[in-house]
Amino acid sequence: MDTGTLRGVITFILLLAFLGIVVWAYSRRRREAFDEAANLPFADDEYDAHQDEPEERP
Amino acid sequence: MSNLPAYNYTVVRQFALMTVVWGIVGMSVGLWLAAQLVWPELNLGLPWTSFGRLRPLHTNLVIFAFGGSALFATSYYVVQRTCQTRLYSDRLAAFTFWGWQAVIVAALVSLPLGHTTTKEYAELEWPISILLAVVWISYAIVFLMTLKRRATSHIYVANWFYAAFILTVAVLHIVNNAALPVTPMYSISLYAGAVDAMVQWWYGHNAVGFFLTAGFLGMMYYFVPKQAERPIYSYRLSIVHFWALIMIYMWAGPHHLHYTALPSWAQSLGMVMSIILLLPSWGGMINGIMTLSGAWHKLRTDPILRFLVTALTFYGMATFEGPMMAIKTVNAFSHYTDWTIGHVHSGALGWVAMITIGSLYHMIPRLYGRTRMHSTALVSLHFWLATVGTVLYITAMWVNGVVQGLMWRAINADGTLTYRFVDAVEASHPGYVVRLLGGALFLAGMLVMAYNVYRTLERQKTPERAIEPAGGRHEA
Repeated sequence: MDTGTLRGVITFILLLAFLGIVVWAYSRRRREAFDEAANLPFADDEYDAHQDEPEERP
Repeated sequence: MSNLPAYNYTVVRQFALMTVVWGIVGMSVGLWLAAQLVWPELNLGLPWTSFGRLRPLHTNLVIFAFGGSALFATSYYVVQRTCQTRLYSDRLAAFTFWGWQAVIVAALVSLPLGHTTTKEYAELEWPISILLAVVWISYAIVFLMTLKRRATSHIYVANWFYAAFILTVAVLHIVNNAALPVTPMYSISLYAGAVDAMVQWWYGHNAVGFFLTAGFLGMMYYFVPKQAERPIYSYRLSIVHFWALIMIYMWAGPHHLHYTALPSWAQSLGMVMSIILLLPSWGGMINGIMTLSGAWHKLRTDPILRFLVTALTFYGMATFEGPMMAIKTVNAFSHYTDWTIGHVHSGALGWVAMITIGSLYHMIPRLYGRTRMHSTALVSLHFWLATVGTVLYITAMWVNGVVQGLMWRAINADGTLTYRFVDAVEASHPGYVVRLLGGALFLAGMLVMAYNVYRTLERQKTPERAIEPAGGRHEA
């Protein structure tokens, strides 16, 4: 196999890997884990609640 | 509060405040350069203040000093809070702060003195370049080790973007700066000819893709949900966004070298990959903006959210404009004109600076035990100064770019050029005045921010706070 063909094959493998990631990301059994992960920025709301000034209520 | 982790906020505070300082310094140099293009005498006739030496100083200050400090500050803040753990090694984190400031000061001295590798965005000579590499590897260690000792099971998507940005910039910087030192402040690139050009723009465009995009997308994925008080629109889309973006950005560099000695196939490949890049870019933008669905009314009262959403809008515009300009026939028209400068600033002011400013307004009060800035009205004023400034800047450069492109290619019936070069320079003068005005408004906004930050910090210390209605603390 010459270098050009090898590069083509690698590109094709990368494309398959990417499509695999898409299928994995949208698979139903990942839903719960991703919902959990999406809420991580709010995990330490408690930390802010201990600060000495309450949120502004418009 | 006992079971809550004690975060290392010292280094975050240092970087956050220096972001504001370097923003003002870097943008002031930019304003001076804009003024030099209107009144050339402002180069003072001195070599140290000539356009050619101050221009790399401006780009280094705004990208690495302002943008870099913002990325250090927010990444250290986000990684601690989303991993529920303290930053790895206080000492190494402190070293990244002081080391980074040393690199910037070295740039402030060496660039006006005329020491340059001549590689765009990689101008710093080899001793500074090595220091930068050491600081950067320390940054990677601090960040990755913090991820490793996280108390959560997942690694939040913002940290994926930050990690990709840190690792890729390390590789880019080290490969592109490989050089043979000749004297203490002079070196020769390890690469030659077209290969040198390709390595440089592989670095240069990925500096845009990973430093100015992936890093700031990390910021977006934390601060937009946080400020909107709702999780990201689609976490699944954010994963696809991440992998698509990092797989495609790597290939786009050749579009900086259209119609040069670079092999034609490489140019075409760069063009095609740049066009494909539109998809992940817009996927990310849509994901950020749609996070606000159901909460659009917050934009009316919250100028911080307005900063973040406007940044995403400019990101969408700039990432549409970029692929279009990467098309070879369009590039034949736009390259070397002011359109390129307009495109860069649509990204730099509209996206990078606005997402940074919005994030800082969210983060700075929280770093000092408060939940909001001293004055929301001043945040709103800053928003309008920044937005009007950016719009004036980029429209002036669009007009100039089109005028220059048309005048340069205009040919008489006998094949001679219709215009002399200086005719196009004269035609650009009004645009330069408008750009100066736009830049001045943007810088004025940064000064308003500095005042607001100062007052936020100052108020934190005064006992007057005790009589404010809500806290219920009585110190007097």
